[in-house]
Amino acid sequence: MEDRKLMIDLRGIVKRFYIGQPNELEILHGIDLKVCDGEFVSIVGASGSGKSTLMNIIGALDKPTEGDYTLDGVNIIEARDRELSGIRNRKIGFVFQTYNLIARTCALKNVELPMLYRGMGRRERSMRAKELMKLVEMEERMNHTPDELSGGQKQRVAIARAMANDPAIILADEPTGALDSKTGRKIMDLFHRLNEEQGKTIVLITHSPELAQETQRIITVSDGSIIGERKGDGKHADI
Amino acid sequence: MLIFENISLALSGLKSNKTRTLLTMLGIIIGIASVIAVMTVGNSMKNSVTSSMEGMGVHNITVGIKQKSSTRETTESGMTFRAGPRRQTLSKEDYITDDMMEQILSEYPNDIKAFSLTESVGNGKAKYRNLSANVTVTGVNDGYLTANDLTILSGRLFTEKDQKEGKKTAIVSDKFCENIFDGNPDRALGEQITVVLNNKYYHYTVVGVYEYEESAASFDMSSSEDVATQLYLPLKTAQEQNHNRNGFSQITIVASTETDVTAFLETVETYMNRRFYGKNENYEISAFSMESMVSSMTEMLSTISIAIAIIAGISLLVGGIGVMNIMLVSITERTREIGTRKALGAANSSIRLQFIVESVVICLLGGVLGILLGLALGLFAVRVMGYEGSPSVSSIAVSALFSTMIGVFFGYYPANKAAKMNPIDALRYE
Ligand SMILES: Nc1ncnc2c1ncn2[C@@H]1O[C@H](COP(=O)(O)OP(=O)(O)OP(=O)(O)O)[C@@H](O)[C@H]1O
Ligand SMILES: [Mg+2]
Repeated sequence: MEDRKLMIDLRGIVKRFYIGQPNELEILHGIDLKVCDGEFVSIVGASGSGKSTLMNIIGALDKPTEGDYTLDGVNIIEARDRELSGIRNRKIGFVFQTYNLIARTCALKNVELPMLYRGMGRRERSMRAKELMKLVEMEERMNHTPDELSGGQKQRVAIARAMANDPAIILADEPTGALDSKTGRKIMDLFHRLNEEQGKTIVLITHSPELAQETQRIITVSDGSIIGERKGDGKHADI
Repeated sequence: MLIFENISLALSGLKSNKTRTLLTMLGIIIGIASVIAVMTVGNSMKNSVTSSMEGMGVHNITVGIKQKSSTRETTESGMTFRAGPRRQTLSKEDYITDDMMEQILSEYPNDIKAFSLTESVGNGKAKYRNLSANVTVTGVNDGYLTANDLTILSGRLFTEKDQKEGKKTAIVSDKFCENIFDGNPDRALGEQITVVLNNKYYHYTVVGVYEYEESAASFDMSSSEDVATQLYLPLKTAQEQNHNRNGFSQITIVASTETDVTAFLETVETYMNRRFYGKNENYEISAFSMESMVSSMTEMLSTISIAIAIIAGISLLVGGIGVMNIMLVSITERTREIGTRKALGAANSSIRLQFIVESVVICLLGGVLGILLGLALGLFAVRVMGYEGSPSVSSIAVSALFSTMIGVFFGYYPANKAAKMNPIDALRYE
């Protein structure tokens, strides 16, 4: 594993809110975390421990108050707005607990969106989006709008959307949190496939010990610090 | 490419919120519609009035006497008010005389082609055997006949002898002949007709027949059968009949073709006022031409247009603020969407463009609806007034452009606000 390329490199990450105000709050207290290319890592920890805050920093959605961050060789701390949107567009695929599909826009158009922002042509976009819909087994529902889809279906569309620009990393913050265990299982299988077949680096936040156990490495966060790290089973038991 | 995506996105968003969109657009619709309606009416009026006025001779300058505006009367209570017109108080020295005209002609021989003089006698009934026709009897000089381009169908104009001696000769219209001489102008020549005016009988010999032209400007409601056509007499004949030896309260100067009518009009007015009316306490000379009337009418219309434009501008401003308000609401509602888009890699400029396009689409759609509504209202009003409808193309183009500008102007602030949102704050927004 050591010989693999370093994908995420966080050093001494501190995050504070309400800076300079009496209620200043330090949520992350100097996080160091390295994730290699092709790794499937899970982050676990109690609610309010700072997992999502950390994930948002990894995803270049938020900047840390202190510390250094290099993502796939790019210094995120010094990057400007425009570069950051480019990085989010091409290097990262987000999967949210609440799906965050664009309302009133059909599934296919949702999947096309990252490609649209990338500047890809209409036909190429639509072709790739259809391929991705096939990958997540949603091709029959691709013309439906989000309000016509179930939670599990929405999450599969969201995963297809995260894959749109073939990013190196997929960041998933409790992707199965709103789903029943059977549907969650399907989503989890999809992540395993993306990791194994396409070599995607995946960082997954989950409250489920079983799902965490399936990943290669489990990082435990408590009160804004990493308190433990252990190897997981790496592969899920086939059903 | 992103523009088209944004337009279809905006349209689908607006479609799913029809009532709100329509209410938002209302200010724009009303503003644009009122501009277009007024412009259509104004333009149509201007076009038809101008064309009918131009038909009446652009080289004619009408010179008349009018009461001095400084003429005031003081009532017993000490209040002053402007005296109303007092036609009966015209005295000999108030009239425009032949002598004055000669002096004007010798002063400006190159600018004056002719004086067109008329003496109105009145409306009456012309009789021939047991047939009759309505006539308006007017005494005219040779200048009048040239100035008005009468087309003689049969016979002749008045001779010098007719004019000088005040012969009882008459020139009638072909329409008149239709009633009395079976429409055959030649049959009328040399016949003596009787005209009843104020219960008095006058006899004239027809010497010529002119072609009657229905004037576009006359709003004559009477049926064409009994329309009163002009029966012309030699000027002197009419004056004698009226027992008028004073002169004219109004004359028409036919300017030469190369004369600048507008400038010459003022020259004549100033000359006559200084030379003949300087000592006159009650009356002065006022001159105008069709050109000056058309231009003052155009001026009046454009003043009205400006007033309407200001009102419409206010309505558009209010409409624009309404659009801005709705855009702000819409952006707040869609905060999470904005966050998601940013997470998917939308640059700030893409977000800004998306919302500006949406605001422009609202305004332009409102503008187009306003233009259609305004055209419908304007053309309807024009038809009711009896003019020919001619929409003002420039105002349509300006309206479309203006509504786009409103969209950009009032959409920019909300769009920029959306663009500058912090992605994570937007995503976390509840
Ligand atoms: N923008 C913010 N302003 C103020 N406090 C914040 C902000 N974002 C997060 N926090 C605080 O940081 C702490 C960690 O929140 P975070 O969302 O990272 O927790 P989490 O580990 O993801 O919890 P959960 O498992 O419930 O999702 C919380 O106490 C929260 O109140
Ligand atoms: Mg969380």
